[in-house]
Amino acid sequence: MFNFRSYAKAGSVQEAIRLLGENPDAHLIAGGTDILVKLHKGKAQFDHLVDIHDLAELNFITQNDSGDIIIGPLVRFTQVAESELIYQHIPILSQAVLTIGGPQVRNVATIGGNLCNGVPSADSATPLIALNAAVTIEGRDGSRQMPLESFFLGPSQVALERHEILTAITITHDNYADYFGHFHKYAMREAMDISTIGCSAVCKIKDGILQDLRLAFGVAAPIPIRCKGTEDKVRGRKIMPKLLTDIANYVSTDVRPRTSWRAAKEFRLQIITTLARRVVERALLNAGGIIQ
Amino acid sequence: MNRQIRLTVNGKKKEIRIDVRQSLLEVLREQLGLLSVKQGCSVGECGACTVLIDDVPIDACLYLAVWADGKSIRTVEGESRDGKLSRVQQAFVDEGAVQCGICTPGFVMAATSFVEKHKQQNASRHDIRRGLAGNLCRCTGYDTIVTAVQKCLDDAD
Repeated sequence: MFNFRSYAKAGSVQEAIRLLGENPDAHLIAGGTDILVKLHKGKAQFDHLVDIHDLAELNFITQNDSGDIIIGPLVRFTQVAESELIYQHIPILSQAVLTIGGPQVRNVATIGGNLCNGVPSADSATPLIALNAAVTIEGRDGSRQMPLESFFLGPSQVALERHEILTAITITHDNYADYFGHFHKYAMREAMDISTIGCSAVCKIKDGILQDLRLAFGVAAPIPIRCKGTEDKVRGRKIMPKLLTDIANYVSTDVRPRTSWRAAKEFRLQIITTLARRVVERALLNAGGIIQ
Repeated sequence: MNRQIRLTVNGKKKEIRIDVRQSLLEVLREQLGLLSVKQGCSVGECGACTVLIDDVPIDACLYLAVWADGKSIRTVEGESRDGKLSRVQQAFVDEGAVQCGICTPGFVMAATSFVEKHKQQNASRHDIRRGLAGNLCRCTGYDTIVTAVQKCLDDAD
């Protein structure tokens, strides 16, 4: 039996906000694949749960009239992977979510839970920050939106007030149209493993010139990060092998990997440098680039 | 912390009382006597507790029993009909895909869902391995299990 002290099921987003507001120690539980593991291990921080597991209101994948793709936070990873809309427009996300856990976990675990859990290894985070995704947050005082990149504050810390709830993840049309990407997860096993390093790159090219690059890494810092320094240095450059070598060289100044039992800092840096080159290369090739 | 839930288990409607702190694994084993649902790692790594909820495989150890309210659960106990094993169960027997057996019920349920979902598709051995990546087996080396699933896909209509 899991050792929590109170449980309340929310029938709507508004009720969830009210329940969170009534108890400052309450936590939302969605898919449960992180929280129930922590409860099993005896962590006390999840004593009071507000259950949104089956809240249909937050389970949707839609496209609005402007072409923006909007994903509800309670969408399961299997739904993301099987969505035609996502596969057609932002296949990097389909690719990334299939590396999470195994089928049983992906059938239950939610994309919003992955983001709100706030760990640097969240595999859905790097493709979404590479796509400049925005998050919508609702609370007692109404609704606000912010870039997903600024949502991550530190390890297990996200920009949610106690009474707030993530209600949507938006990828606007201009942020994915004409962009091509690639994702790679480096881990010890091919399934059921946590990223040692995760890498997402999306790029836009025209006439052999790199118009834009957005490069993101997981586990390369305390939060999932973008490599803005590298991105700024290579925008407008000609697509050629030297470009990839330069990206691999520049990227080390954008990252802050650390040593954990999973990998040493030096090894992580080696993976980051190698992936920067390989993942950007694949993204360029996907965009129809010729690297010569 | 008590609730009454209604669910269908292996085709039979049940109305049971549970504690919201219980996992589905605990309720299936302790209240409903479905001992095929094994407790392995308890953290969603090994798949020994795999059951189908509305035909979708999940780890029952990481699933609150209260979430099963209104849903339909399948465990290996419900897979044989009139004493005859299901196609997947029989394939496991035929291919020798069982050694110590503790992972087998979970594997049979994950494989059953995989076969039902991929009936009309040409799944490769690699696809089957990916589809069963949420289940660990320490005995067989997986090859016979993959072959069992492949045989089921080959002759599924």
